[in-house]
Amino acid sequence: MSLIAQTFKNLEQKGRRALVGFVTAGDPDIEKSLAVMEAMIEGGCDILEVGIPFSDPTADGPVIQASSQRALAGGMNLTKALGMVKALRQHHSAPIVLFSYYNPILAYGAERFYRDALAAGANGLLVVDLPFEEAGELTGKWPGKDLDLILLVAPTTPRERMEQIALNASGFIYLVSMTGVTGSAGLDLEQVTHTANTLKSVTDIPIAVGFGISTPDHVAAVSKVAQGIVVGSAFERIIEKNINATDLPSIIFQYAKTLKATALKP
Amino acid sequence: MNPTENRQHDQMPNQRGYFGSFGGRYVAETLMPAILELEAAYDKAKQDAAFQKELSHLLKNYAGRPTPLYFAKNLTDYAKGARIYLKREDLAHTGAHKINNTLGQALLARHMGKKKVIAETGAGQHGVATATAAALLGMECTVFMGVEDVARQEPNVKRMELLGARVVPVPSGTGTLKDAMNEAMRYWVGAVKDTYYVIGSVAGPHPYPMMVRDFQQIIGIEAREQILKEEGRLADMLVACVGGGSNAMGLFYPFRNDSVEMVGVEAGGTGVPNGKHAATLCAGSVGVLHGSKSYLLQTADGQIQEAHSISAGLDYPGVGPEHSYFKDLKRARYVWVLDDAVLKAFHLLSRTEGILPALESSHALAWAVEQAGRMDRDKILIVNLSGRGDKDLGIVLSKKESQQQVKGAKK
Repeated sequence: MSLIAQTFKNLEQKGRRALVGFVTAGDPDIEKSLAVMEAMIEGGCDILEVGIPFSDPTADGPVIQASSQRALAGGMNLTKALGMVKALRQHHSAPIVLFSYYNPILAYGAERFYRDALAAGANGLLVVDLPFEEAGELTGKWPGKDLDLILLVAPTTPRERMEQIALNASGFIYLVSMTGVTGSAGLDLEQVTHTANTLKSVTDIPIAVGFGISTPDHVAAVSKVAQGIVVGSAFERIIEKNINATDLPSIIFQYAKTLKATALKP
Repeated sequence: MNPTENRQHDQMPNQRGYFGSFGGRYVAETLMPAILELEAAYDKAKQDAAFQKELSHLLKNYAGRPTPLYFAKNLTDYAKGARIYLKREDLAHTGAHKINNTLGQALLARHMGKKKVIAETGAGQHGVATATAAALLGMECTVFMGVEDVARQEPNVKRMELLGARVVPVPSGTGTLKDAMNEAMRYWVGAVKDTYYVIGSVAGPHPYPMMVRDFQQIIGIEAREQILKEEGRLADMLVACVGGGSNAMGLFYPFRNDSVEMVGVEAGGTGVPNGKHAATLCAGSVGVLHGSKSYLLQTADGQIQEAHSISAGLDYPGVGPEHSYFKDLKRARYVWVLDDAVLKAFHLLSRTEGILPALESSHALAWAVEQAGRMDRDKILIVNLSGRGDKDLGIVLSKKESQQQVKGAKK
């Protein structure tokens, strides 16, 4: 069982939900970004999603676009992001999922990416613009199966397609809560519940719900229907607002802690 | 290339939307069901006689097709070589080839029950053509346009607004076509349930590159018939500008199995490879952007580079996947010309033939006139005059230096 799957299982046994925190690597620089990532894990993120910044993030709203731009302006790239994962691994064992658009991975090379990501200590990969139909060209070149491929399901995904996605996914399935880009407001719990229930009827792979989640109340509500809760833009908003604050890590720590407190299995 | 080899083009794209190793569907999961639905709807429309009849009717009676294939005698005399024909897409309704595609897609959107359409635009020609089709068919239209392009192609912004469209200026990135397409895709992710995205080039995820090519191939089908009628034989060479590549593919495709040379002219900007340019096929490498795998201008890290061109319609760091396929197969050849040469070609056609060409089309003209001079007088060359230049007056008039240069060159 992969570390990601094991993490979901352990939390389930403890009556808890997995808090998955997303942050863009290198925003605004490596040092500050590493401090933020450590604060996220120490504050309560059970799984860390490390975003590889991309110049043209077509599935992201203004908040993550801006964080990507700051990171790219600071010189971030996939090689350096893997270096950050390696640095995190000195002190932390929480699963790490690399979160990217496809082109930076394609440019890096599929096999080289697999080896280097594992060597750095990453546990999974999520590629926003790589639907399962196209994923074979990437995973087909991987020399092993030690890296989980996290796939997405959207509210627009029909049931038959969910079945195909589940067959190709591992670790967890990322359920997008709404039809929209990241950072959109308005969590529709009825919609999420409906989609999550359909997805649960076709697979046992844990589900983590993301998009539009920013408060402890959201986390508590989503905890009723899914095993994991993803928070991304909300972390990025805090970073943006406190970018020059020396206590940024402690603000992040407190925020993660507050969210984690309500990530409970009903 | 022998005829058997040529026929492989007829099989493209395959069921997964690939032209050889280019194309595919690289989009967020939220959009995948919509793209699959579109593919099914388009397959049905292709076989639907009523749909095809309605489209043909509109192309003829509304868009003004067929457009003429005009023998440019004065330009030929100037070039002193091959006979130059111009495929007059500038005479189509709205002043460019873009209407061929937007009428097709807007009709398809209506068949699919969608009442809202969105589009990206660079020079504004595709935006105007989409706004036009939307007005005709009673649809709500939103067009995304980079702020830089809003400034340099202002007349088209006004035209879109007069046609009832909402124009959304996009400030991100360089405020050009790539950024407009990013924003259109983001908007579509949120509005996919009731909104149809009219992509303006042979780019984007499958089925767009195939579908836009099919709607644009009317250019080549007509040109092929017209040149046979006029000259009793096919042309030796076809020349068209390539940004995303829709006018070029529209002209090239019906000639794919003929022994006719095809040349796509990219925007060389201020220089290739060291200047700022948009010569994706000439100077790029393979990657994934905006839903398909194709040549791209990118860094070694896979970040997309900023393109540059004097013409907003070619100012794009990607290119349609079928052009990448044609390039690797060597079925078409791709070259580039500099901004300065483009301006000269603009003035040259204006003075010699009394036709103001779009700056996009002026790329094809610039290269073709040079090339014609190197060819024998019994050779035939067809240039796709993809659009009219009225929209570019602001840019052209601001480059007084180039005007003076041409005055000196006038015979």
